[in-house]
Amino acid sequence: MNTTVVAQLQRQFQDYIVSLYQQGFLDSQFSELRKLQDEGSPDFVSEVVSLFFDDCSKLINTMSRSLEQPDNVDFKQLDSGVHQLKGSSSSVGARRVKNVCISFKECCDVQNREGCLRCLQQVDYEYKMLKTKLQDLFNLEQQILQAGGTIPQVDIN
Amino acid sequence: MAKDGGVSCLRRSEMIGIGIGELESPPLDSDQVHVLAVDDSLVDRIVIERLLRITSCKVTAVDSGWRALEFLGLDDDKAAVEFDRLKVDLIITDYCMPGMTGYELLKKIKESTSFKEVPVVIMSSENVMTRIDRCLEEGAEDFLLKPVKLADVKRLRSYLTRDVKVFADGNKRNLTTPPPLPPLSATSSMESSKSTVESPLSMVVDDDALTMSPDVCNFSCGFAD
Repeated sequence: MNTTVVAQLQRQFQDYIVSLYQQGFLDSQFSELRKLQDEGSPDFVSEVVSLFFDDCSKLINTMSRSLEQPDNVDFKQLDSGVHQLKGSSSSVGARRVKNVCISFKECCDVQNREGCLRCLQQVDYEYKMLKTKLQDLFNLEQQILQAGGTIPQVDIN
Repeated sequence: MAKDGGVSCLRRSEMIGIGIGELESPPLDSDQVHVLAVDDSLVDRIVIERLLRITSCKVTAVDSGWRALEFLGLDDDKAAVEFDRLKVDLIITDYCMPGMTGYELLKKIKESTSFKEVPVVIMSSENVMTRIDRCLEEGAEDFLLKPVKLADVKRLRSYLTRDVKVFADGNKRNLTTPPPLPPLSATSSMESSKSTVESPLSMVVDDDALTMSPDVCNFSCGFAD
């Protein structure tokens, strides 16, 4: 094991994950999920977030259909979709996605179709952005492990 | 990761690799705490299941109140023979679910003869005092604010341990206060085995339940009944 390479990768990982928290992509719930990962379940976090992103994709499609016709928006269905998205984003620590959902819900409550459309667009953007960021993070993890190192614990609290 | 409707939550967990993995199989522990977790969100089910397993609980996770009642044998008047020895030590349920809310499930459990003594914990993303009060009045043991953390689950664990403990001198004594929590370590957590939680009725992931019928819990979930 090349300890220099491992140390560099670990440093990179640490800096990257800290930046994700600092930029508000992630909150403390993500670090709660990381606590649940260990040698017995080394892919727990990446699997859960993968399910979350699948959820995002499905819900966004459904909500997009609800918003299609200006005269016939199903705000109830929309509200239910936003609620689900808000819940699951909260459970994985996807802070920006969750925050958009809060605004989204407000638009639903007052039946503001235009506002909802903007929020939908934003939530789509945010989840895809997070997906890319986390993929980079997980790739770093893999590189560390392949180089024979261990993934650093990062305490953000 | 392949997804198909109807795949059991447990099998999905196996696919995800949550389980005993490389560890040796521990002896079957009949004293192991068995938790029934109810949540319509797949992500939340996976997380709560992992949280519970890491604190040495056996977990059955279902996606609705109806499935929970089915699992408990409370869905109709027939007393199913296979449920004679069903042991559930804790039920943890989401509040806001389509079809039957966690509150409604709580009521049904508390009305049943077989399960009314089982502690029921409600989870909710919304910190609404009236909701919390109503649940506690109906007999809920505790109320957890989502997102659920390890510390929350460890706290639950502390009032679930067995009443009788064998002490070092070999004598059994009743405990009046719960014993301290076992230290949390990854290896000690993996006692929940894949093989013990098999009930074909219980673990169904309903991935298609994205649309809600209008008469169910509206998502401000203000006043469920």
